[in-house]
Amino acid sequence: MPSLRRLMAVAVPMAMAAAPAMANGGTPHSQWDHLWGHVLLDLVVIGVVFGLGALWMMFRYRAKSPDDVGTGPKLTKAQAIGWALLPAAIFMADDFFLAAKGWSLFTVYRSAPADAMEIKVTGYQWYWEFDYGNGVVTQELKVPVGKPVVLRMTSPDVIHSFGLAEYRVKEDLMPGRVSWLWFVADKPGKTVATCTMYCGLAHSKMYSDVVAVPASEFHAWMESKVRQARATTDSSRG
Amino acid sequence: MSDFKLTEWIFTTDHKRVGILYLIGSLAAFGVAGCAAVYIRLNQLSPSGGLFSDPQNYNIALYFHGAAMILAFLIPGLTGFFANYLVPLMIGARDVAFPRINAFSVWLFFAAIVLALISLMVSDGPDVMWTGYPPYSVTTVGNTAFYVFTVHLLGFSSILGAVNFLVTILYMRAKGMGFNQMNIFVWTVLGAFVLQLIFIPVLASAVTMLLFDKYLGTHFFDPTGGGDVLLYQNLFWFYSHPAVYVILLPAMGVLFEVISTMAKNRVFNYKACVYGGVFGLILLSGEVWVHHLYVAGMPNWLRTGQMVTTLLISVPVGLMVISLWGTLYRAAITYNVAMHYACACLFLLLVGGLTGIPLAMTVLDLHLGETAFIHAHFHFVMALFATFSIFSGIYFWFPKMTGRVADSKPALIGFWLNFVGVTMTFTPLFIIGMQGMPRRYATYEQFPQFEPYHQMATLGAMVVVVGMLLTFYSWINGAIRGPKAAENHWRSKSLEWTHAPSPPGPGNFPGQDPEVAKEWTPYDYAR
Repeated sequence: MPSLRRLMAVAVPMAMAAAPAMANGGTPHSQWDHLWGHVLLDLVVIGVVFGLGALWMMFRYRAKSPDDVGTGPKLTKAQAIGWALLPAAIFMADDFFLAAKGWSLFTVYRSAPADAMEIKVTGYQWYWEFDYGNGVVTQELKVPVGKPVVLRMTSPDVIHSFGLAEYRVKEDLMPGRVSWLWFVADKPGKTVATCTMYCGLAHSKMYSDVVAVPASEFHAWMESKVRQARATTDSSRG
Repeated sequence: MSDFKLTEWIFTTDHKRVGILYLIGSLAAFGVAGCAAVYIRLNQLSPSGGLFSDPQNYNIALYFHGAAMILAFLIPGLTGFFANYLVPLMIGARDVAFPRINAFSVWLFFAAIVLALISLMVSDGPDVMWTGYPPYSVTTVGNTAFYVFTVHLLGFSSILGAVNFLVTILYMRAKGMGFNQMNIFVWTVLGAFVLQLIFIPVLASAVTMLLFDKYLGTHFFDPTGGGDVLLYQNLFWFYSHPAVYVILLPAMGVLFEVISTMAKNRVFNYKACVYGGVFGLILLSGEVWVHHLYVAGMPNWLRTGQMVTTLLISVPVGLMVISLWGTLYRAAITYNVAMHYACACLFLLLVGGLTGIPLAMTVLDLHLGETAFIHAHFHFVMALFATFSIFSGIYFWFPKMTGRVADSKPALIGFWLNFVGVTMTFTPLFIIGMQGMPRRYATYEQFPQFEPYHQMATLGAMVVVVGMLLTFYSWINGAIRGPKAAENHWRSKSLEWTHAPSPPGPGNFPGQDPEVAKEWTPYDYAR
């Protein structure tokens, strides 16, 4: 099986080269893109091999006359077993390779850094509410660049899902449960968080801006918001 | 057609007529659900809602399209029509084991279709998607009861069919026919009905609890009363993921029959395909449902465990794929319309199957899940693949059913329009899905950059409309005026062609019961 050996010769160093890159990190979403690139390559190779193989056979083995019959091989017992076990082994090798890479990044996604800042998210039909825990409640999510952010999320009405495509994260919000995700913005910018679980009439209008700003700007904004919030509570206490 | 009597069709217990009734019902459902798809696509022409901009109607169309395509077209088309028409003929039986139960099944199916159609006409029709997740399906003003009762009727019908076909296949094979001499299609039907029998009761119980929650005030899925919203999703997908293989298996089976006959070749590594492929799918299909709940806050260990089982699905599917591809090796292929559809299926399966790999990986699904990427993936691997397989089968067995051939120029043009059209529709959805376009959106004003992709998809859908009209025309025209077919029109070695006339009369086989020799197989072309 020279072809198999060649495949292993490519796959094994690739796996080893990829491993330290994962450990070094980068933001979870940049690691996501990196893994996605690997998987895409895997798919394209398999797709091209099988696709071209099928096309070639479709042209090559056209019947020459109407009475022509195929001469496909009748496998011996050993060949039949070999043609079952060998492909199964190759597929399983690829499966476990992908599973291992997927698992290690999934672990990153599911272990929030200890210094993360926490924001409570509530999904309502049909808007988001962000509670910073110090009396500041907004409908736009503002986060400081470089600071990991944990979102603790729930919903009082129906299931929603907080999808933040820019940072490659998504998790459902459910009545009676609290779910969470974390991400870190690596540069300033504005993006959008959308509801990705069907939740009724205005499902597609349920979105909020997500703005990443430099830490100093974030703190200034937060201070003014806190002052505002205090003023409102004071005046309502009258 | 002069001897047509309506009562003969209504009270029929003949498996072939029951099968054709299934075909008529499921194609009708396909037509209406297809119109819903066109409505959906027109709605996506512009970010603010295209030609129509009523989100309520859009949501009802989404519900109807999904529920009808899966439950009233794909499953009954494959396990109703093809299984009924072909299984007794292929195994050399004169009918199914319980013909009257069979007739009852098909009428339950029609009752379900009528119920589904009525749901489009009542005010506040169901807007719960085909998945019907609570709490939304409980709190919505939409009529969830129609959804539940439709599922009940179809489930009842399928369970009866499952018992019937398992008994038929196990006990009514022609004298001399061993399990290793059965058509692959028969094996795949066996696999599909094993799954139906095991898993449908779970779905039925889930939707029944939904009904009780909404109309009787119970709290199965309501956390304020001690229930759990995730229970429903677990139960629903515990059935509905295996349901994907209820569709995939017979769709593969049809392809094996069409391709081996038109390639005049034996199936490559038959035993690996059956004992690795079909059996492997039966064993694995019940251990992967959590991949539908990757973003639903399930425990990390469960998400990781079922990532592994989901990836391992590639082993049984891969073995079936190798058998399918191998059947083309050293073949002698002639191309009719059925073979065109079958070849297209290989590419649809490849695109759909491979894009399933990243979706199986939990961490990649945290971004790709619930986007247009997943929508494109399951359309390729399930919707398009199985529909093309059904169309391939209809053209292939058309001479058997009608004594006439439906292959014609409109049929072939229809094929190319369908193939190009579906590719145009769903390829752009992969691209915008990767960039975060969510599914089930009536409008997408926050993503104006996706407009050209949506327009391309809508244009593709219009091409498919023309293709479908030509396809349906070719069937109707073929049935009435098509050229007369030879007895064994594609020169197959399978029993339904070699031992039964086209179309077969009552009792299927004239004269003696069919018998097969020890070395006989349905794919023995080389001899």
